This record gives sequence, C-alpha cells and structure tokens, in this order.
Amino acid sequence: MMRFCVLQNSRGLHSQLKDSVPVAGLCPQGAYGMQDSLRSGFTSVKNELLPSHPLELSEKNFQLNQDKMNYSTLRNIQGLHAPLKLQMEYRAARQIQRLPFLPSSNLALDTLRGSDESIGFEDILSDPAQSEVMGEPHMMVEYKLGLL
Amino acid sequence: MALSNVLETPAAGFNFDNTARNAALEGLFDGGLTPKPLKTGTTIAGVVYKDGVVLGADTRATSSEVVADKMCAKIHFISPNIYCCGAGTAADTEKTTDILSSNLSIFSLNSGRNPRVVMAVNILQEMLYRYHGQIGANLILGGVDCTGNHLYTVGPYGSVDKVPYLAMGSGGLAALGILEDGFRHDLELEKAKELVRAAIHAGIMSDLGSGNNIDICVITRGGVDYSRPFQESEFRDDRKMKYKYRPGTTAVLTEKVVPLKLEVVQETVQKMETV
Repeated sequence: MMRFCVLQNSRGLHSQLKDSVPVAGLCPQGAYGMQDSLRSGFTSVKNELLPSHPLELSEKNFQLNQDKMNYSTLRNIQGLHAPLKLQMEYRAARQIQRLPFLPSSNLALDTLRGSDESIGFEDILSDPAQSEVMGEPHMMVEYKLGLL
Repeated sequence: MALSNVLETPAAGFNFDNTARNAALEGLFDGGLTPKPLKTGTTIAGVVYKDGVVLGADTRATSSEVVADKMCAKIHFISPNIYCCGAGTAADTEKTTDILSSNLSIFSLNSGRNPRVVMAVNILQEMLYRYHGQIGANLILGGVDCTGNHLYTVGPYGSVDKVPYLAMGSGGLAALGILEDGFRHDLELEKAKELVRAAIHAGIMSDLGSGNNIDICVITRGGVDYSRPFQESEFRDDRKMKYKYRPGTTAVLTEKVVPLKLEVVQETVQKMETV
C-alpha cells in the first residue's frame, strides 16, 4: 500500500524538528526563556520528555490519526483516487486562512470534515478567542514560515 | 501584553498545560489538599416495559462525606424521546449529556426525524472511548423510537450493553437484586413504576452515597412523564425559605394619624398612544 506523506502544517522543517526532540533545560516554557515555576512546575528531565497526562499525546494527534484511518479505509474500498481527491480539496481549503495570530473561521475546512454539524469539546473548551495569552504577531508569522 | 514565547494560538479543546504543575503540587502536599470533584454516588435504574421505558434515579450528590446537593437531577434530557440517567462525576455526566443532546438536535433539524437510541449510544461510545475513561460517566440511556423500546448502558471506557433491565451507580448492586427478583417481560405501567421505585429505594437504604427523593421518568411512544419527585423521602427538612411574619404578629398599642396637606401646583395631561 503506497503511503503518501501529508504535511499537516506549512511550518518549515527546522521548527518541526525542534518540537519533536525536546532537550531538558534548553527551552523552558516561561517568558523570556526562564522556567516559570508557578505555571509549569519545577524543571525535570521526565517532564520535558514524556507527556504528563495520559491523554496528551493521543489528543494532539487525534484528528491526524482519524484522517489517516479514514483515508486508508476509503482507499481500500474505492481505490486510490478517492482519498487523493479528498486530500487535494482538504489542502486547498487549508490555504484559505488568515495569518496565524488572527482568528480564522475555517468554514471550508469544517464543511469538508463535517464538523460544522457537530459539537464537541473543542467547540466549548479553551475558545482561542478568549485565550489568556497573546503571542507576538511578528514572531508567530516567522515561526509559521519556518524562519524562526 | 504579547508574550514572545507563544508561537501558535492555543488549540481549542482540552488543555493539558497544568498537569505537570498539579502532579508536582500533589507530591509537595502528600496528596491531602487537592480538591475532590463532585461525584454523584448514585442509584439509577431502568426497565423496559410493555409500552416503553421507565427510568428511575435518586437525588443525592456527594462530595466525599458531605451531601452536596439534596435535589440533584440525574435524569437528563437528550431528545424528546430519549432520556439518560447519569452516575459518576456530576460535571462529566452533565456536560457529556449536554453535548449529546446538542448533536442529536442538530441531526433532527437537519433530517426532520426523531433520533434513534442507537445513534445516541454510538455518539457516546465514540466520545467516551476517545478519552480512555478520563471522563467518569456511567450512563443509562432509555428511549422509544420507530424501532421499538430500548435500554442501553454506556460505561466510562466506552463499553456498551443492551439489556431489558439495568441498575448502575454505587447503589446499583442493591437495586439490581430487586430488579432480578421482580422483572418480567411486558410488565404493565404501574407494576414497572413500582418495580423501579422499589429498586431505587433498596439502593437508597443500602448505600450511603444515595438518598433523598426518587425521580421516575416514563417514556412512551405518546410522550414523556417525568415525575420529579416521584416519592419524597420521609426525612426531608421543613425549613421555611422565607422568614416573613404575618401582618398582626405584633400587637398595635397606639395609633396616631397625621394627614399630609398637599396642594395641586401644576397639572399636565399627556395622551398615551393606544392602537
């Protein structure tokens, strides 16, 4: 079965590598590069390498894994063209977005995925419009383009 | 104030940022001071009878050893023909049944049909399996749809069972004894209600986490009869919520009337717009 590689975001390779191999002590989560003990606890190698909650990893990759499963089932039932066409539409819809620090309605994406007709925890909890932290616009755009 | 270490907008949904801090705090205080979530410590039961489904629940919600809510509503509305009893963590059952109800109402608006009980069960099962038991909701779903009368149970890890009678919660074992003894297929309405009432009563008597009143919900093809409370406990307190005194409680000893002299200085008439 041919496996097609799908880049789920347009970040450069450099920023992706940094996320996947964290090194303890070099990238603390606090502001200005200092460890924020109140919010993230004390530094510990275990905390930086392993997720502290059993659901953290599975939730981060949930949509990805669902899509992979659905596409491979579709490929088995209807042939290669079906998932290819769907992924083409999906990639086209992903490009209709605002800059990273602005809120996008994601209308086309929602319609394609079918999530415009269902309500889940991602619609109720942690609404990005009401998040307590705000990022620096220039740095967010640089990160997205992979220049950071 | 823009932070320079935030490189992406935070994703919507569950946020696990504080788990490391919470684990560290628990270690510091020897696990004694973490707040406990409100559990329902319940008895819930359901029975399929001739014309539909009878669901019953007690009304006590506990937070460790304290009764937190004496009139907790444990039978939640899912759709006009489906109701759900919830045991486990109170917030989890509330939120999960709310989300389920919203999804099913979107579906019925889209398709113009009443949702079927299997749909509710499948949505719940997918949602609860995705979170691997972290959402502590033990649910009994009962409803009547075009395919018949159904009673399902969904566990916190996503397990599903379809049964003619059922009891769950901490008082579930006591209630199940009554149900096992008294259940017959195709019961009449009054016998079914009495059976569920007796089952919840047994749960209330034998379990510290269940108590106070009994709610009964009867779902039939023709509609829903939700009696809340169906039976009140004999030990309810008769506290008056308003402490007002009747006029005449205090005796009047003397009375003196001083008329206030007013003179009309100016009179204006404004017409009201009437149709």
